[in-house]
Amino acid sequence: MTDTSHAAASGPRHRAVELGVAIAMIAFGALVMYGSLQVGIGWGAEGPKSGFFPFYLGVLIILSSVMNLVTATTLDPQQIFADWSQLLSVLSVVVPTAIYVVAVPWTGIYAASLVLIAVFMTWLGRYSVAMSAAVSIGTIVAIYLMFEKWFLVPLPKGPIEDFFAL
Amino acid sequence: MEEIVNLFHGFAVVLQPYNIMLMFVGILLGVIIGVLPGLGGANGVAILLPLTFSMSPTSAIIMLSCIYWGALFGGAITSILFNIPGEPWSVATTFDGHPMAQKGQAGEALTAAFTSSFVGALFAVILITLVAPLVAKFALQFGPAEKFAVFFLAFCSFIGMGKEPPFKTVASMMIGFALAAVGLDSMTGQLRLTFGFTEFLNGFDFLIAVIGLFGIGEILLTMEEGLSFKGRAAGINPRVVLQTWRELPRYWMTSLRSCVIGCWMGISPAGATPASFMSYGIAKRTSKNGDKFGTGEIEGVVAPETAAHAAGTAALLPMLSLGVPGSPTAAVLLGGLLIWGLQPGPLLFVEQKDFVWGLIASMYLGNIVGLIVVLTCVPLFAAILRIPFSIIAPIILVMCAIGAYTVHNSTFDVVMMLVFGVIGYVLKKCNYPLAPMVLAIVLGDKAEEAFRQSLLGSQGGLGVFFSNGLVGSIMSLGLIALFWPLIQRTWTRLRPAPAA
Repeated sequence: MTDTSHAAASGPRHRAVELGVAIAMIAFGALVMYGSLQVGIGWGAEGPKSGFFPFYLGVLIILSSVMNLVTATTLDPQQIFADWSQLLSVLSVVVPTAIYVVAVPWTGIYAASLVLIAVFMTWLGRYSVAMSAAVSIGTIVAIYLMFEKWFLVPLPKGPIEDFFAL
Repeated sequence: MEEIVNLFHGFAVVLQPYNIMLMFVGILLGVIIGVLPGLGGANGVAILLPLTFSMSPTSAIIMLSCIYWGALFGGAITSILFNIPGEPWSVATTFDGHPMAQKGQAGEALTAAFTSSFVGALFAVILITLVAPLVAKFALQFGPAEKFAVFFLAFCSFIGMGKEPPFKTVASMMIGFALAAVGLDSMTGQLRLTFGFTEFLNGFDFLIAVIGLFGIGEILLTMEEGLSFKGRAAGINPRVVLQTWRELPRYWMTSLRSCVIGCWMGISPAGATPASFMSYGIAKRTSKNGDKFGTGEIEGVVAPETAAHAAGTAALLPMLSLGVPGSPTAAVLLGGLLIWGLQPGPLLFVEQKDFVWGLIASMYLGNIVGLIVVLTCVPLFAAILRIPFSIIAPIILVMCAIGAYTVHNSTFDVVMMLVFGVIGYVLKKCNYPLAPMVLAIVLGDKAEEAFRQSLLGSQGGLGVFFSNGLVGSIMSLGLIALFWPLIQRTWTRLRPAPAA
């Protein structure tokens, strides 16, 4: 839990994040309205045009986000969103996962998953290489059997999977 | 009694060995999902949904609904033994469940929790058996305006009854609707809101959103909190179970009240989490031992567990009879129906009798199987939770990625899953509710279709939503739900405060 009374705790301010989220939502609402205007928001030959419904969604998104923006300005300016060490541990999941999801189309899901689990365990969990290898290999073998053999759901494969002729 | 005949026919379907096996598999997977942090009922079902693509719809729904029951049971295990709610609806169970475990009464607490869950679910299933066919028959006469009014009521109750700030609920919900609108407009066949990206042609699939928002988002939250598990030993044996069962009937009033609260909150899409808190609060106020609540009162375990399970089960009533899910997990199940080629809504009761009654029968049997499985396997599940998070987390990430990929065999969806995950983490931290967003993504197309068809009939006049008694009263109920916090405040201000 974040410790608000602790002066030494540093990190992005909660108020700033709340304001940022509200502004991002207003921008999203504006984008939705713009997109709706492109396809027409009026009454066409077959009734309401495609943009009719989303246009008002955009309006509602902007209106409610403005209210949230106003509320957010009254928040305690000292309260932090999360301290840097916490955000660092969140990033330590986001960054490897981002690399993983980008790699999957090239390497196939098995090879990428094997590396993800092994890296995660050795780097964040400080497990031995043998242990990490055992768990990651065990997991992907279990996934292979469950999806491809038992439930007949094919998963994406890359050159490494092809090499093993899976 | 046509329903009774149908129900027995349903039991015959469920009792086929293959379906019984799926039931056990589902319950086991469900409890594991409920026990593991970062995997909840909704995204657990979403990840495993692709496994069922090749099954018959009835077998598929049996397995998936059993995963859901298992997750409902599983949440209690971590709450009581580890003081970590595995699911949001088991937060209230930690208040008295964990103190009981600290006093060495883990077995009693677990037995009370499981039994109460079972009672709550049974109550809700009986309600579904009796009421759902009637609601469906009634709903068959609905025109587009009435259909839209039901959606309106469902979404308004989210805004008025939720504990999050109403404007945050509105924002989150409207973003959901907007995401649902992206892609091909089913009524005019026109593309919209794609801004030239071919990836958005088919719009946003809610399964990807569920896996991202709930699955990845939860893992990020768990990482931030830096979980360390300090669990209590799980001692459960037949003697403790029997002893607790002898004691439980004393709390029949709490039980019954919690069942009613749970069913009410489950049908209106407030959901299991507020139901469990509300039930705990009321039990605390009315019980003679109310002041001891929080120190390990068995009644404090009975109340939230009964209500949560009743709500979780009752959430399927509007899904089956109206096509409006009462919870995110029910929404995922509804998405499953669409994928298996069934049209959710009142017609199911006419056209897919095997499916509907098979599902209802499986609710009875699934909960019995669930009770047996959790009572006998608690130590095993507690052991799963002792596996360190640095092993569990990457495995869950991989499972989420596979789940996201298999929905449309698209690696772009895996990227979207991570995007939704980061958004889910930030929104959750800023107290934006995620359930309305998911429900809006699921129901967006249908709500829009009903809205536009109604307007088409009335040539654009909004009066169509108040044109007859039925649609008018549903819309009025919706407006009351929407402004409920204001009504409540005015009411307490107008009424003179009672002498305390």
